[in-house]
Amino acid sequence: MKHRISALFLGTALALAAGGDAFAQDKTIKIGVLTDNSGLYSDLGGAGSTLAAQMAIEDSGMQAKGWKIDLISADHQNKPDIATTIARQWIDVEKVDVLMDVLNSGVALAVNNVVKEKNSIMINTGAATSDLTNAQCSPNTIHWVYDTYMLANSTGQALVKAGGDTWYFLTADYAFGAALERDTTAVILKSGGKVLGTVKHPLNSSDFSSFLLQAQASKAKIVGMANAGGDTTNTIKQASEFGIVAGGQKLAGLLLFITDVHSLGLKVAQGLSFTETFYWDLNDGTRAFSKRFSDRMKNKAQPSMVQAGVYSGLIHYFKTLDAMSGNPHDGAKVVAKMKELPTDDPLFGKGSIRVDGRKIHPAYLFEVKKPEESKAPWDYYKLIGTTPGDQAFRPLSESTCALVKK
Amino acid sequence: MQALYAQLLVGLINGSFYALLSLGLAVIFGMLNIINFAHGALYMMGAFCAYFLLSLTGLGYWPALIVAPIVVGIFGMILERTMLQWLAGLDHLYGLLLTFGIALIVQGVFQNYFGSSGLPYAIPDELKGGMNLGFMFLPIYRGWVVIFSLVVCIATWYLIERTRLGAYLRAATENPTLVRAFGVNVPRMITLTYGLGVGLAALAGVLSAPINQVRPLMGADLIIVVFAVVVIGGMGSIMGSIITGFALGVIEGLTKYFYPEASNTVVFVLMVLVLLVKPTGLTGRAA
Amino acid sequence: MSALTDDTLPITPRAIRDEMIVFAVMAVLLAVVPWTGIYPFFVMQALCFALLACAFNLLIGYGGLLSFGHAMFLGTAGYVSAHALKVWGLSPELGILAGTAAAAALGVITGFVSIRRQGIYFSMITLALSQLLYFIYLQTPFTHGEDGIQGIPQGHLFGVFDLSKPTVLYYVVLAGFLGGFLLIYRTINSPFGEVLKAIRENEPRAISLGYKTDQYKLMAYILSGTIAGFAGSLKVFVAQNASLTDVHWSMSGEVVLMTLVGGLGTVFGPVVGAFVIIAMQQYLAGYGQWVTVIQGVIFVACVLTFRRGVIGEIAHFLRRSL
Repeated sequence: MKHRISALFLGTALALAAGGDAFAQDKTIKIGVLTDNSGLYSDLGGAGSTLAAQMAIEDSGMQAKGWKIDLISADHQNKPDIATTIARQWIDVEKVDVLMDVLNSGVALAVNNVVKEKNSIMINTGAATSDLTNAQCSPNTIHWVYDTYMLANSTGQALVKAGGDTWYFLTADYAFGAALERDTTAVILKSGGKVLGTVKHPLNSSDFSSFLLQAQASKAKIVGMANAGGDTTNTIKQASEFGIVAGGQKLAGLLLFITDVHSLGLKVAQGLSFTETFYWDLNDGTRAFSKRFSDRMKNKAQPSMVQAGVYSGLIHYFKTLDAMSGNPHDGAKVVAKMKELPTDDPLFGKGSIRVDGRKIHPAYLFEVKKPEESKAPWDYYKLIGTTPGDQAFRPLSESTCALVKK
Repeated sequence: MQALYAQLLVGLINGSFYALLSLGLAVIFGMLNIINFAHGALYMMGAFCAYFLLSLTGLGYWPALIVAPIVVGIFGMILERTMLQWLAGLDHLYGLLLTFGIALIVQGVFQNYFGSSGLPYAIPDELKGGMNLGFMFLPIYRGWVVIFSLVVCIATWYLIERTRLGAYLRAATENPTLVRAFGVNVPRMITLTYGLGVGLAALAGVLSAPINQVRPLMGADLIIVVFAVVVIGGMGSIMGSIITGFALGVIEGLTKYFYPEASNTVVFVLMVLVLLVKPTGLTGRAA
Repeated sequence: MSALTDDTLPITPRAIRDEMIVFAVMAVLLAVVPWTGIYPFFVMQALCFALLACAFNLLIGYGGLLSFGHAMFLGTAGYVSAHALKVWGLSPELGILAGTAAAAALGVITGFVSIRRQGIYFSMITLALSQLLYFIYLQTPFTHGEDGIQGIPQGHLFGVFDLSKPTVLYYVVLAGFLGGFLLIYRTINSPFGEVLKAIRENEPRAISLGYKTDQYKLMAYILSGTIAGFAGSLKVFVAQNASLTDVHWSMSGEVVLMTLVGGLGTVFGPVVGAFVIIAMQQYLAGYGQWVTVIQGVIFVACVLTFRRGVIGEIAHFLRRSL
């Protein structure tokens, strides 16, 4: 039995050694969009992310320069095990070079490990957890669009400065909600505000009346929602029922997307303030892209910041490979080069990628328009403030990332 | 203390949803011995139906309260005719598995077409706004929910337990052969009963559309809590489900006030306790 | 309560020989997988679920108890193993032992509560307990909630077998599966198994013959839970993470589906069912939205027309015991 095993070892080792050396420099790229096509986040990423990737391929002009580019996509169903199995299979069997989107923090962290182990690349545009560039940072991962630290920083700071110095938190009772609350509290206290109280609600609650009552009783100027997805939209809807905003308090969403505003409708969502790093109607560059995007979308939806990130990330990836004149199929090498080159695209403007894998670009604080202020479908936001990139994200001095030289 | 009263009232409001939903489930189990796992999906269909009635035909909330349950009820009756009736003589658990499958299909199809973010549905104008009760601000719509649910629950209980039609229904499920011998069309009674149960679920869906987002998965999380209510109240006992529904809402409200993190689990703990002590539920008959 | 399984064929020497042949075929087919082009991780995943389904089948097919909460065993063992490997730094064999022991303990506690009731009440209790555990795990810090426990080291089994090599890991998982499977098979065909079947067919009669039926059912439940936990511990090495999906009630539903498709109460049914469902999930991942619908359709079709499942239909057709 032992002999058979060692023979197996030898055989496997030889096979690996033989195959491993051939890091051929060629002009082929395979892209995999790993997203949620059917669940809670399908409108945020889903088919739109795949479309954004397709548009990036077309716009980059790489195929005209002789590159062969393949695009595949899969639904991870918000399950870390399915995601890791697909990621493994894609890298081992399908020879995928770069994984895009990967929303859902739990999934992202799981895939992060696989990508590092197999020296591939992940450009994560969808997950929120700031751990991807902190404790779990990796030389193979770039965190593109946003993270919890930046959201807390931007929204918390801006609102306190605007006069909202007393807060009450409605927090989803799990790690992600707690992290959001913790990060935002730190920012509030640093900006001179106070947190009057907090209440934890179970994940995926459908009824928030009792929690909202407690928020109302606290008389805090801002009611912060440290939750996401269905919980947030339900909180907002029910808050308007109980007259929270009418009573003078403001609602602050700590993780909100344009897709949530769309599903709530302006009557309910008006006055909400939160941070995003992309809005389709922000400037001419974003408008041009978004028009082409929405024309090709089934329901004519405008791009979310996650989908925009897929486009932006790929454009930079292609630029990098072009500068390297070939694809070495070596994840860490390509990512290192991506960090050297500054980024510039019509969606996120000028930015850069830091040594810990964090993409830097400005963060925008938006407020949702009133129904009468909106002139067209998806015309939802007013820009209230901008935080420059170098101030919005976690400074390197506070980072626990192993890649950051102290 | 004021806050406590407010939470109790809120709990009562939630309880009325539980009661209405578990009513449909109890009718179906009590009358047909089918554990309708698809109840959550049918509740969701009721809410979507109301949404469509508004966006496609302009029919508002009030007509939707009547039309949506009928439409979904008919769908339920078709389900019963084409699928459930083949399971008549078999073990209960097949009914559970079949309706579980149906729930997966319905929810999957809706998810495919409507994504998961949810659709907006406004509170009807007549019920907007709120009253200041002193200890809390009560939205009028929520007050309406409590009253309407109570009325429907009591009406259904009366229909089943006190009218002749109800007597036929109960007899037909206890001893179908004998009842058939009396000339009553038993299969039709069964189909109608299932339709009634489904219609109740859809009605709860319409009621909830203005306050919860209309999402394909809105019933999936609710269904297990509703099961717990029916099991505690006594599977098949109408009055048991109604009382338990309201009571559970109140208990949940209290938990949210004293120890919010446990508000999700208190239902199941209660269910386990009740099942240990009295497996047929608080007011149920032996299965 | 005998309508769920169709075990009317007697166990004859011929039947046992048939089953041994099929087992040998299955073992050989699985052993040569690394030499075919099939991706081993997919097969390993399927093997873990196959073992889980077999454990579930032990309870329903031979004990007559439909547990709608088997996910709690899978998930508990997974979390405990993961924690043991990552945080306590235990070696793989101790990690598996820890996970399986945790599942066994859970089996004892929940079994004591659930076995008292039969039929639908039993199913509802298991569902409620599983849901209770889900919410507890959601909040306890060691599970890291939605993020799950990530990056679990694979290490060396017994200090010798390097589990980070896919082929080695595959044979370890296969060995685990075959071991668990044989254990179940042995249980079914032992005196204990015979009593279990007797209880399933006619419990009052069994009681009148002097058997303490509750104790037998409890033993079966604990055994089923422990093997399910073993499968969960193995899965930790394959997926290298332990997450909330493993404890959610929809996972319990999937186990039911796998066993239903393969054939409730057949020996090899759950294995086939697990492979079919896992294959469907993996290879249809591109059509995300439709996987749930297809699963639902399969459920419905199985319950209405295909009640014996794949293996059950084949067995019935050939008039053999499979």
